[in-house]
Amino acid sequence: MTEHIDSAKTYVWVFAALIGLTVLTTAVSFVDLGNFSVVAALAIAVAKMLLVALFFMHVRRSTQLTRLVLVGALVWLGILLAMTLTDFATRGTGGMAGGVAESAGGLLH
Amino acid sequence: MAGHPQTETLALREQFNTEAQQKDAATLGMWIFLITEIMFFGGLFLAYTVYRRWYADTFAVASSSLNVYLGAANTVVLLCSSLTMVLAVRAAQLGKRRALVMFLILTLVLGGVFLGVKAYEWNQKFVEHHIPGPNFHFEGAAQQGPAQLFFSLYFAMTGLHALHMVIGAGLLLMLIVQAGRGRYTAAYMTPVDVVGLYWHFVDIIWIFLFPLLYLIDRHLGR
Repeated sequence: MTEHIDSAKTYVWVFAALIGLTVLTTAVSFVDLGNFSVVAALAIAVAKMLLVALFFMHVRRSTQLTRLVLVGALVWLGILLAMTLTDFATRGTGGMAGGVAESAGGLLH
Repeated sequence: MAGHPQTETLALREQFNTEAQQKDAATLGMWIFLITEIMFFGGLFLAYTVYRRWYADTFAVASSSLNVYLGAANTVVLLCSSLTMVLAVRAAQLGKRRALVMFLILTLVLGGVFLGVKAYEWNQKFVEHHIPGPNFHFEGAAQQGPAQLFFSLYFAMTGLHALHMVIGAGLLLMLIVQAGRGRYTAAYMTPVDVVGLYWHFVDIIWIFLFPLLYLIDRHLGR
């Protein structure tokens, strides 16, 4: 096997970064950033995901095929989210009927 | 076809040409399973996104009723367990049996702590009548329906995550027993490797659940 074994030091540094980001995201949530708070929280979550995937899950040393499959999965997840939101995020705009929350006959009122 | 003059081993089964090929196949297979899990959790994240848009105010108030410090502490516990898991994989790569067993046990203990804290949080929801159903009552919201929806999604998402943790704990127990018997060597440690991938994946799901459920509207709900 020509497998590369990372040093324990690398893992501890990644771990420290993950803890730092957790503290940061918790602290930032108490600051009123308006709509930007969603962006901040998700950006930090994506950074943490990349750290875990690249280092702990060894994606940075994985084969091209594994990476291709992973990127493909993220594209499909993106399609699921984006295509659904083209409907729900645009209701009540451009002269279309209003969204459920605004109309009197909401699902759960 | 490449012949195998030597006898078949765990590290090199008959159907593979090289040990590296066998290992790559196992890793890819595990990733494909994890991708089905991404799509499965993706549906819940999508439902959350849609309803959060519709009932933004109620979701903000309901989300702020969760205990952010317990959530953050549990995130740290889970990240610690990911560190011990990756160190277990490293010990297996180096063929260090004792360190492997120790780190696996540590990972299992930290997973148990996470589930314990989660159980405490769920129990608080019962006490506060925040369980969706006939006895549901959320004092902070004018509309009980959307508040129930938030807590339905909260329990579905954290519950499914916790189920994955329980399955992960079962897998860890199996690894601890097998590692103790000396089944894994530097040449063959694929089960440790793929369970590691699974454990980190479950960690990543929580990395997204924590901000979405506990944090995003924290500044509004105060």
